[in-house]
Amino acid sequence: MQIGRNWSFRITPFRILLIILVLGAAAAALYRFVYGLGAVTNLSDEWPWGLWIGFDLLCGIALAGGGFSTALIVHVLHKEEYLPIARAALLTSMLGYIIALVSLFLDIGRWYNFWRPFFFWGYHSVLFEVFWCIALYTTIQVIEFGEIFFEKIKFPALQRLLHKMLPALLILGIVLPSLHQSSLGSLYIVAIDRLYPLWWSMIIPFFFVWSAFFLGPAMVTIEGTLAARAYGRDPELPVFASLTKVTLWMLIVYFIVKVADLLYRGVFSMAFNGSFESNMFLIEMIVFVLLPIIMYAIPSVRNKLGGVLTASILVVIGVIFNRMNVVFTGMAKAMGGSYFPSVWEWLITAGMWSALVLVYCFITENFPIMFKEEHGHGHGSGASVGSGFHA
Amino acid sequence: MSKGVLVDITRCIGCRSCMVACKSWNDLPAKKTTFSNTWDSPGKINSDNWTVVNYYISEQDGQTSWRFVKKQCMHCNEPACESACFTHAFVKTKEGAVIYKPTEVDKDYCVGCRYCMIACPFGVPSFQWEKSFPYVQKCRFCYDRMKDDLKPACVTACPTGTLFYGDKEEILAEAWDRVDKDPRYIKHVYGEKEYGGTSWVYISDVPFEQIGFRTEAYGKPVTNRSIPSLTWDVLKWTPVIFFGWGAILTAMRAYTKRRAQVHDESELYAPVDPKE
Repeated sequence: MQIGRNWSFRITPFRILLIILVLGAAAAALYRFVYGLGAVTNLSDEWPWGLWIGFDLLCGIALAGGGFSTALIVHVLHKEEYLPIARAALLTSMLGYIIALVSLFLDIGRWYNFWRPFFFWGYHSVLFEVFWCIALYTTIQVIEFGEIFFEKIKFPALQRLLHKMLPALLILGIVLPSLHQSSLGSLYIVAIDRLYPLWWSMIIPFFFVWSAFFLGPAMVTIEGTLAARAYGRDPELPVFASLTKVTLWMLIVYFIVKVADLLYRGVFSMAFNGSFESNMFLIEMIVFVLLPIIMYAIPSVRNKLGGVLTASILVVIGVIFNRMNVVFTGMAKAMGGSYFPSVWEWLITAGMWSALVLVYCFITENFPIMFKEEHGHGHGSGASVGSGFHA
Repeated sequence: MSKGVLVDITRCIGCRSCMVACKSWNDLPAKKTTFSNTWDSPGKINSDNWTVVNYYISEQDGQTSWRFVKKQCMHCNEPACESACFTHAFVKTKEGAVIYKPTEVDKDYCVGCRYCMIACPFGVPSFQWEKSFPYVQKCRFCYDRMKDDLKPACVTACPTGTLFYGDKEEILAEAWDRVDKDPRYIKHVYGEKEYGGTSWVYISDVPFEQIGFRTEAYGKPVTNRSIPSLTWDVLKWTPVIFFGWGAILTAMRAYTKRRAQVHDESELYAPVDPKE
């Protein structure tokens, strides 16, 4: 579909399905805004937070971790070999944050009051820090995206101004997500005596920010492969393979700190007490931490697309699994009652992620996000990009 | 002067006058309930029942004992709900009540995020799920009566003297006095130390864990630290991390930039061509 001279959006049956989901979700969201949370969700006094906070917000933000880890690797450490994936990572991250903000807006009961924390400061609340950081960081990402935007839409004065701001924005754009990725973990410090001790810890902020960071490269690998397949391009396999070094070492540190923390708090044996929680914890550790460590450590696995992709998928599912364990598994015993999301909660969630896919496609098809094909083809890889720059 | 209430479980006969008094003073709507096997329907605190009496049957020295436990907001000395609120909608007043900021205008600070419900160690704050624009509801310690030197509605209604209202020091002294003088009592005043202490405290002749109180969590005694102090231990590092991490990143960027190649990013990327 051609929209004007410079814009296009391809319509496929799959995209029509996504559009239908988005429309359905929008209708459900409208209903929720008018009739309240009780009318559309299965939330209760025992389970005040459900799918939208547990999955869309916590996991959406974690999955968007690719943005700040890539920014750190490419723009602060100047590891230029990773440039091919930099913009795609920024884009996914920005969209992930917008999803998080939308789900937060959906989830708050008095939604017309969303602006309150900007003016009435409950600075002793972890949520206050999370709210401010997410709001500021989303703004920063939108401004950063301006650099890409102005490559297509010419507006020299704004572009120059933006260019001057960029270094500062870049640093802020790493500091803010570092802070709130950890704070999303700190949110659960209040759940002492309720969150199962295998997950509750005073250093839960460390586990959250660390896992959000090492999730970044894995997420980039998956997105890169999906985008390459969708657009018939070569996946940036050498970039993916070399990124595994980051993930590998961070996973090892994560595992060691996790074990040390359990030993320090004297709850290590709870991992083997056979309870539902302990089994979920063991699955999280063995399948989603140890297994990827082994896979990333073996060169013949990480250098094949199938291998690096499988391990990356494990890492990403692992982080989602961890967040779900914190929000649901670890809290179930203390909160009592039961919760399973209603069909409307699922629909709105599905609609939000469908919107993400659609917007992602629209932007990559109309803005310079992906590396130019000749770099990929000429050298067969992104790793040799260094020599390709001078051309 | 900070007020408190001592609840003496041994004196409660489960008449629920306190529940009725609470509902009528606070104009809370009636709701149809169903019969429950424990006889304590509605059983749980909710947005229209700020206090409930729970019934517990247990075995003590071969004898069946039936105990009735009034539940409501404990009014913590350092409330988790207050610290969790990102607009500071809840406050602990100097009289000891934990309430929404006490004017109709300020009341509207609440955004409805429900983090207070996650934060409360006693599961007290409840949400008006059925409303379009719900508030979080909970016992207000009859703050509106307190200011006129009246006792809370539930205390006035209690016919057996289960509820003893007074200054915090006075009720704690009374609690220990009763516990020390009568060997029937468990040697524990629940709420004196739990989670940093609460304005409402309980004494009982039946072990607390058998009448719905959490004395231990996952094999360890519940913490005596207040929840706000725990979060603050982490939150206080925020400015340090903000500036420290920012400085480190700036330095790293400056250092590695010297070796980096200069290139024009607009030359590197292009829109993808969707294969029609």
